[in-house]
Amino acid sequence: MTGPDELKSLPLRDLPLRDMHETAGARFGGFAGWSMPITYPLGVMKEHLHCREQAGLFDISHMKLFRLAGPQAEAALARACPIAPAAIAQNRSKYTLLLDDRAGILDDLIVTRLGPDAFMVVANAGNAEADEAELRARAQGLDVAIEPLDRVFLALQGLGAEAAAIRAGLPVEGLVFMQGIEPREHWFLSRSGYTGEDGFEIGLPEADARALAGTLLADPTVAWIGLAARDSLRLEAGLCLHGQDITSEANPVEAGLMWAIPKAVRERGGFVGAEALAAAMAAAPARRRVGLKPEGRQPVRAGAVILDDDGAAAGIVTSGGFGPSANHPVAMGYVRADRADDAFHTEIRGNRIALAVHPLPFTPHRYRRG
Amino acid sequence: MAATYFTEDHEWIRVEGDTAIVGITDYAQEQLGDLVFVELPEVGRTLARGDAAVVVESVKAASDVYAPCDGEILAVNEALSGDPALVNSAATGDGWLWKMKLADASQLDGLMDAAAYEKHIG
Repeated sequence: MTGPDELKSLPLRDLPLRDMHETAGARFGGFAGWSMPITYPLGVMKEHLHCREQAGLFDISHMKLFRLAGPQAEAALARACPIAPAAIAQNRSKYTLLLDDRAGILDDLIVTRLGPDAFMVVANAGNAEADEAELRARAQGLDVAIEPLDRVFLALQGLGAEAAAIRAGLPVEGLVFMQGIEPREHWFLSRSGYTGEDGFEIGLPEADARALAGTLLADPTVAWIGLAARDSLRLEAGLCLHGQDITSEANPVEAGLMWAIPKAVRERGGFVGAEALAAAMAAAPARRRVGLKPEGRQPVRAGAVILDDDGAAAGIVTSGGFGPSANHPVAMGYVRADRADDAFHTEIRGNRIALAVHPLPFTPHRYRRG
Repeated sequence: MAATYFTEDHEWIRVEGDTAIVGITDYAQEQLGDLVFVELPEVGRTLARGDAAVVVESVKAASDVYAPCDGEILAVNEALSGDPALVNSAATGDGWLWKMKLADASQLDGLMDAAAYEKHIG
């Protein structure tokens, strides 16, 4: 029997709370340069379902928090990203993109206003260093300090996340989806996440994180959830994984992420990638990102070639697996924009599997929008 | 009397006379995690040792299961079509994969017994 693809044996960084994951019986694997807990003894299927129905605790310390502060913090962000920082109210969070000058997606970010001249930026693990360099380059000449923060980053997600957070003493009352606050010095607490469920993300110093994780895990509704279930949760929720579903080879039009770019910002321009984005908007996109439901029970994985009725290549699957809550295989990918929704299939080991274009998400979002 | 042998690739083969049942070990199912799909071969197919006979798919990945010996497939475990998780819950029992007629019983000599396999997985 062959094992699942082993990841390249590059030296991996350990999470600050690694010992807690070891104690919990985690199996580790490499992701974006980090040795991450992939599954716990509960197993990916039960972890996934536990998160949806109760509360899942994730260690996402591989992700990076940056604090941007200074009189020209707004100007720096407006140049760096297709976003209107001035329009972000105090404690509101916005999903945005870091584009290159071809409007390719270098990363997706969450930006939260912390004060009149201060923002929190959350970046993906694999891109953190490049993002920092880009942010610095784009802020050149502006009066803003970009500070990478040394934090443990935890996510508490699921139907029971709010109740568990309150029992653990987290000040979450009044916080709605896509709001973030600094409840204590060196803490960042936002109502957000990447599972499609209600929940929170908490950046905090290691000692505080150990105490908080211990308190949360003593709650019978809370369990550690590994990266494998994080991936199936976000895929069911129709959320993009940067590096797979969105890359520098995709622009926001093809990726279906124009909702993240306010109309006024598109018209005004002034951000890196503005010209290329305007051109992409003016032209009919050659391809589009779609949800795909494979027929039957066999998962269709990232890299599978999407074929049209004539057997010609019509796209590629960028994420695919089994959806434990959907209880069927789920996938996402890019298809030629000139092909009808019912035209697609793939072949796996000689088996033809129909791929139905499926609205995203596969499982309804349950965010607490207030 | 049945004797069980093991491969380095974590298959088990339980032999009785010139027929055998093949599955993956408990260690293997644990490494794979929850299975969501098992692609079974056709009955009557002739296998050479080392052929990929079955594909087991977990939530995250697909893995091949190899034939431990030459032979012909006599039966497959149809129950896995509806319940692939049987391989997780009973890897060495109800989660068996296929039954085969052995072409060359001497090939078993190269396989491990339970004690050697235990040592192999450490």
